[in-house]
Amino acid sequence: MSSTYLEVRGLKAAYGDIQVLHGIDFSVDEGQIAVILGANGAGKTTTLRALCAMVSTEGSVRLGGEELAGQSTADIVRRGVAHVPQGRGTFPDLSVEENLMAGAFVRTDADVQADIEQWYETFPVLGERRTQTAGSLSGGEQQMLAIARALMLRPSLLLLDEPSLGLAPMITRSLFEQLTAINEEAGTTMLVVEQNAALALGVANQAYVLEAGEMALSGPADELAADDNVRRAYLGY
Amino acid sequence: MVVGALASILGVFDISLDKLSNGELWLAQFFRGLSDGATYASVALALVMIYKSTGFINFAQGSLALLGVYLAYIFSVEQGLPVALAVVCAMAASAVVAAFIERVFIRPFPPDHVLPLVIVTLGLLLIIDSAVGIVWGFRTRSLPSMFPSGAPIEWGIAQLTWRTIGNLGTVFTVVGLLYLLLSRTKVGLAFRAVSSNLESARLVGIRVGPTLGFGWALAAAIGTLGGSLVVPDLLLEPSIMLRVLIFSLAAAALGGLDSMVGAVIGGLVVGLARNLLVTFLDLSELALATAVAVILVVLLVRPTGLFGSTRVERV
Repeated sequence: MSSTYLEVRGLKAAYGDIQVLHGIDFSVDEGQIAVILGANGAGKTTTLRALCAMVSTEGSVRLGGEELAGQSTADIVRRGVAHVPQGRGTFPDLSVEENLMAGAFVRTDADVQADIEQWYETFPVLGERRTQTAGSLSGGEQQMLAIARALMLRPSLLLLDEPSLGLAPMITRSLFEQLTAINEEAGTTMLVVEQNAALALGVANQAYVLEAGEMALSGPADELAADDNVRRAYLGY
Repeated sequence: MVVGALASILGVFDISLDKLSNGELWLAQFFRGLSDGATYASVALALVMIYKSTGFINFAQGSLALLGVYLAYIFSVEQGLPVALAVVCAMAASAVVAAFIERVFIRPFPPDHVLPLVIVTLGLLLIIDSAVGIVWGFRTRSLPSMFPSGAPIEWGIAQLTWRTIGNLGTVFTVVGLLYLLLSRTKVGLAFRAVSSNLESARLVGIRVGPTLGFGWALAAAIGTLGGSLVVPDLLLEPSIMLRVLIFSLAAAALGGLDSMVGAVIGGLVVGLARNLLVTFLDLSELALATAVAVILVVLLVRPTGLFGSTRVERV
């Protein structure tokens, strides 16, 4: 059995006076993929933002046993947490290649250029457009770039916020196949927020359901996929 | 009828045909315009740097340059350093002051709320200009130029002076170095990443505050250099940079607020236009108004300026 890598206890988050998360607990095992499901406004995006200190939070976030609470976003990134935000996760005015270089900003090793070439192989369209500005790419290409940009960190934990948003079903499917392959090859732990519940439950090991800022359900992904309430609410059959 | 109208227009503007047909005068004003334009361009470059990274115009840019030029005056005239060295020291000192100001007065505000920041920079403009007046008084002083006097090339009254050559050379060197800094170095990449997408910049681990502070320091140093080019042509007194700021704003708006090449070309155009208008239309009282008119026309007709980018962003 794998050990817990990310452990979250009593996580609260607020935008000004508006409390969005009311103290949630969850964990992700090392090398696994976990998915957070939930309706719009349940606090899924806020959960990911809270893990990166992009919103004011309370509670405990432990990564590989080390407490992240109170650290700045820049320091959390240096601990190996990469975050692909919803929608615009790229630098639209920078070239594709510069976006990837920016993704490796905190790295000091000599393999950055080799990694860039590797992601060009994984996503050939990015290689073809390496000198184009990211803003000129299509939505799907930008999403690929945002993910490759995050992976340039060589993260130990990858946070993905709605990776399928606005993508054609076929592209979404291949994107998830690639994410699964990266998870298997590099052992990257992933936490995914996703509207496409069927797809996400298909690739995930663990699943959580957020409702109005509280954790309503949790369990192995295949068990949740078989749960009648989850099916009715999120899978639609 | 047409001739009469033309004559009355010429009369209003006091245009003399003698002047208009004087080729040497044109050439002389062309050189002077380039020289002035280079100084506007330097301050415009500083404005563009801050605008690119933060999305607002730093109205205190001229005041930081003013402070820098007074420091250059102290270092050279009072302490006896060679002028060029004094200017370099003043650039460094104004960079430190700007980094401090950014840390204390700018960073507490969320970087994506532009309006409070603009108001803070307006406040800083008034405070710094007044403080300079209080400390150094309002009497005029003169700062010598970094460049030798005299002119290597002369046609009658038209002189291509060392100072003009020096001003132009300085501004092109600064643009070249800035380009290398921004496109070839890690700190340049951080700076452009912050300019492009603040949130993603945070998420790749860039420390946004210090990066913007670095931009402020660099812009102040460039502004001080620009001020040190301007002042030898005029006299140093506490309101001097306000006028330069307005011409530089016009230059930056004309070139496109986020384009460095645009700032340089905008600066040269504004410098030329100002000198030609003042000389041939006797518009010296209206020179500042002309600059404001340039800003207005650009904003109305082509808000992105000549070289500014309309942000391409497919979704």
